[in-house]
Amino acid sequence: MKVLVPVKRVLDYNVKPRVKADGTGVDLANVKMSMNPFDEIAVEEAIRLKEKGVATEIVVVSIGEEKAKDTLRTALAMGADRAIHVVSDTKVEPLGVAKLLKAIADEEQPGLVILGKQAIDDDNNQTGQMLAALTGWAQGTFASKVEVQGDKVHVTREVDGGLETVALALPAIVTTDLRLNEPRYASLPNIMKAKSKPLAARTAAEYGVDVTPRLTNVKVEEPAKRQAGVKVADTDELVAKLKTLGVVA
Amino acid sequence: MKTLVWVEHDGSAIKDATYPAVTAAAKLGDVELLVAGAGVDAVAQAAAGIDGVTKVLVADDAAYANNLAENVAPLVVELMAERDAFVAAATTTGKNIAPRVAALLDVMQISEILSVEGPNSFTRPIYAGNAIATVTTSDTKLVLTVRGTAFDRAAATGGSATIEAVAATGDKGLSSFVGSEIAGSERPELTSAKIIVSGGRALGSEEQFHALIDPLADKLGAAVGASRAAVDAGYAPNDYQVGQTGKIVAPEVYIAVGISGAIQHLAGMKDSKVIVAINKDEDAPIFQVADVGLVGDLFNLVPELTAKL
Repeated sequence: MKVLVPVKRVLDYNVKPRVKADGTGVDLANVKMSMNPFDEIAVEEAIRLKEKGVATEIVVVSIGEEKAKDTLRTALAMGADRAIHVVSDTKVEPLGVAKLLKAIADEEQPGLVILGKQAIDDDNNQTGQMLAALTGWAQGTFASKVEVQGDKVHVTREVDGGLETVALALPAIVTTDLRLNEPRYASLPNIMKAKSKPLAARTAAEYGVDVTPRLTNVKVEEPAKRQAGVKVADTDELVAKLKTLGVVA
Repeated sequence: MKTLVWVEHDGSAIKDATYPAVTAAAKLGDVELLVAGAGVDAVAQAAAGIDGVTKVLVADDAAYANNLAENVAPLVVELMAERDAFVAAATTTGKNIAPRVAALLDVMQISEILSVEGPNSFTRPIYAGNAIATVTTSDTKLVLTVRGTAFDRAAATGGSATIEAVAATGDKGLSSFVGSEIAGSERPELTSAKIIVSGGRALGSEEQFHALIDPLADKLGAAVGASRAAVDAGYAPNDYQVGQTGKIVAPEVYIAVGISGAIQHLAGMKDSKVIVAINKDEDAPIFQVADVGLVGDLFNLVPELTAKL
């Protein structure tokens, strides 16, 4: 079966985001950008399915600016087979992304689409569920375990309070949670090899998809900062402090 | 504006996350609730008592027993023909269902709202809460998920809504529930607890985590949480995790034991009313947000504190 894995280029998770002084967003100039960590887990899961002989081909997709190609090359170096880059200089919202992915799924006919549960920039947590809605396929979100069994995939989901397992008809949509796997690093030979793997450039217009945003970011601000409080010397003082705060009687 | 709020429940009782979602919806207009499930009379009765609710719609069918998004979303979409906003708590259930509804309605969802600024204007956290965005939408219908810690809870009593049965939309046959492992606990639920005691990697092992954190939590009637580092190290189960990638909490008191205060942890607890930190490193970032800090060896201090309370 073919596995489709969408990936997004985002501010590296180790970089502290800085809100721009003019309130238009987070400063992305001259900062390290990387593949969204949940998407790395998605790529890794697809590779493991291929190593198990379940997946036959891994197609990675990214929607965004020219530099999204770097992210696709990273996925190819990890072990994906080919890449599709939908070039867009403007921001595409999850609904628009889901519509593009639906068009790509129509062309590619994957058995499984594995996505990160959310991108760590906008924290929307929507794209996978929206793609499932548009394709009419089943969805296994926040996966910590994925097992293809015959014509179904069993997905163990991380839910509030514990774990839940669902059985989904294939083709299906899976979104990854943190504990699904630990993504591999691409080796130098594989990074070199990735340069010659196929990467197709497309546009939203070619797919006939309207990606006009529905939302407007009116302003982006720093959250209210907490002030550091006092340090106490010992547990007696701590208990006294908790009493004045009304925590304990 | 007519809003429809998803009632999250376990088949017999309404889950706490529902109440702040009702408060958020009430800021937009009339509030109707949807109770979907199998054998949910008791839940519907309880829902009708929530203050400010005009109507409770009940879809009682085996297809809705396990909140499968494939079955629930078409039901919501049908009900949204006559309503303007679908509102769900930003829990794993709400996050699973709401975007599926949004895409079927051709609406761009607004996730984890922190405030209602106007009929089409909301604030929400981005970049793990390191920035707050004010967003407006041009969609004519709204699909929202609500961060529970950002809104007061609607009163569970005082309402007298009418209860109306709605026709089920059937089992789509795409998915089925296999099973679950939900950790049973006598302690309060993490996301609604008034006091939380959280442990970090400094506890060193699963045994020590339980030996030190559990008695302190029991003494205070608190829920137990953990940092991602402690969860990854296997000291505490997944569902204890507080942080951007775990649970977002805002209790009256948050006691962080042996937690250094990584950005991703702070994003999950920095809205707590009072933060208490116990850590041996006096330069730990957790002290920059703590109201009360105690520097020292947690293996001595925590049992001492537990004994004195």
